[in-house]
Amino acid sequence: MLSYALQRVGLALVILIVVMLAMYGMVFLVPGDPASVALGPRATPALKALLTERMGLDQPVLVQIWRFFSHTLQGDLGVDVWSKRPVLDQIAEAFPHTLILGIVALGWALVLGIALGVISVVYQGRWVDRVLGVVSVSFISVPSFVVAIYLLLIFAVWLHWLPAIGAGKPGDVTSQIKALILPSLAVGIGWVGYLARMVRASMLEIMGANHVRTARAFGLPERRVVLRYALRLAIVPTISVIAMGLGSILSSAVFVETVFSRPGLGTLITGAVFKRNYPVVMGTVLVTTAFYLLVITAADLLIAKLDPRVRDALAD
Amino acid sequence: MKPPLLEITDLSVAYQTDTGPVMALRGANLVARAGEVIGIVGESGCGKSTLAAAVMNLLPATAKVTGGAVRFLGQDILTLAPQAQRALRGTAMAMIFQDPMTAFNPVLTIGDHLVDFQHQSRAPYRAKLARARDQLALVGLSDPDVILRRYPHQLSGGMRQRVAIAAALLMNPQVLVADEPTTALDVTTEAQILHLLRNLRQTYQGTIVVISHHLGVVAELCDRVYVMYAGQVVEQAMVDDLFHAARHPYTRALLACDPASFPNLTPVLPTIPGRLPDLRDPPKGCSFAPRCALRSARCTVAPPWAQVSPSHGVLCHEVGA
Ligand SMILES: Nc1ncnc2c1ncn2[C@@H]1O[C@H](COP(=O)(O)OP(=O)(O)OP(=O)(O)O)[C@@H](O)[C@H]1O
Ligand SMILES: [Mg+2]
Repeated sequence: MLSYALQRVGLALVILIVVMLAMYGMVFLVPGDPASVALGPRATPALKALLTERMGLDQPVLVQIWRFFSHTLQGDLGVDVWSKRPVLDQIAEAFPHTLILGIVALGWALVLGIALGVISVVYQGRWVDRVLGVVSVSFISVPSFVVAIYLLLIFAVWLHWLPAIGAGKPGDVTSQIKALILPSLAVGIGWVGYLARMVRASMLEIMGANHVRTARAFGLPERRVVLRYALRLAIVPTISVIAMGLGSILSSAVFVETVFSRPGLGTLITGAVFKRNYPVVMGTVLVTTAFYLLVITAADLLIAKLDPRVRDALAD
Repeated sequence: MKPPLLEITDLSVAYQTDTGPVMALRGANLVARAGEVIGIVGESGCGKSTLAAAVMNLLPATAKVTGGAVRFLGQDILTLAPQAQRALRGTAMAMIFQDPMTAFNPVLTIGDHLVDFQHQSRAPYRAKLARARDQLALVGLSDPDVILRRYPHQLSGGMRQRVAIAAALLMNPQVLVADEPTTALDVTTEAQILHLLRNLRQTYQGTIVVISHHLGVVAELCDRVYVMYAGQVVEQAMVDDLFHAARHPYTRALLACDPASFPNLTPVLPTIPGRLPDLRDPPKGCSFAPRCALRSARCTVAPPWAQVSPSHGVLCHEVGA
């Protein structure tokens, strides 16, 4: 188990290094040198030279890469080309907004998705199951930004129940919670459908298994059979899906945060891409990649912990 | 007179499939009295497991009981409310399944299972655990405390089948149904489990129904045997009578094909020519007639049940009555 954990962490680090190299390469693959692209056609040569120097682009590539890595290791992700603020500070400010959005979205999606999946299994083949099937598939197929726009129109613009933009006033928890509701609905809705389908499929398979028949042969109440004998087992594969969901919040956050103008990572990276603010783009991608790797590695370890078969297979 | 412990009368069960209903049981009859060990034998697909599932009220949703009754102490359990059916399972009747590899939940320990299976008892958790430990010791598992903490995949097939037997006996049921309890095991383990089941007869007072397609298993364990063919009971006899004075041509053919009767290991085992009839469209007359050497013109009508002695019955025109 320990060697498996080390192996997984090692793999995550290798992936992280590859991603960093690829990102650094991106700067050179973009047509035109980064400094003039960033400054636009009317930049004076002096200005360009200054920026080139500030971005470290006048150094040999290997030196640049070395610098990039060693700075990153020291927690220095460079400074914003425009505002000159440290990138790390900006990320540290934005990240909690995105993280809480992801956690809340996935949290309610998890509760509702698993519940709907279990209900589908209990009413398998009946109209409840069919309706839930249609609902789940539509939840999966509607893009989150479309949901975001509709939610915004209905609950903020027409009904005035909830704020349309921002993340709430700092220090005012109620306003922060209110500001979270609509974006987390938009981000989570697809996951509800996805989790419901997934829990249904793996539960149905498990409900036909011999050990479920054994549990019934001992007269265990159906509720106990479903929740203890089937759901516990069905949850295991769901964990990796949850991890991927949490890991990939950035991609849905890009749209949803933009719609709701939440000052999160999605908003940060969108702005940075438009302004060709490379240090910010790179820093954001780096941090989210690291977060993604952290979450899926943790999920793999959790699965190994929850499933004694996996745990033992790893022990040999 | 006291009703028999278990009485199956004219039980018919059909599985709904895409290609039409499969008549898995067609008027099966069986009586089991308290303390008896009953054997059910027959080729694969003749409806043995369906019969066991019907006794336990564990038929899948696709199976429909199209006639007959299963009475436990005189009460038809097929018409009981689900709640009352459930109350019988595990306490009044318990089952040992064929495949010990998949019979237990992979993410629960043996202890979790054995405590859970006593859910109808009001005893405290510790008492249930202690009971589980005692049962494990009873079935010959040497280190019950360790076994309780093990997960199913950490035990061998033989150990798991012992655990399954221990589990079935937890609540001291009046009926114990064992569906092919040794089929999935290797020969040595099979012998050990048979030994255990035979010893069990000394301590366990209830009725045991052993299902097997292996005549040796039945000969070893049972008092009385039912032979099934294509969803019907075709012969019923005390075990000695069955092995020495079988009447039904199918039973005789089964006995002739039993590998145990060929100590010199003939390279090619004899088999019964022909196949089981299609149970979606069973023959109108005797179901065995197409494969039967004694077949005559009257076999195109369904044969009557004939009692050749008070304890020996057969479903055949030619050898009955
Ligand atoms: N769930 C099911 N759906 C459709 N047909 C079924 C189902 N289960 C069993 N059958 C059919 O019912 C008949 C009796 O099956 P059953 O499992 O009772 O036989 P068996 O005597 O236990 O055989 P085996 O020795 O292989 O276990 C077979 O023809 C089988 O194909
Ligand atoms: Mg069977």
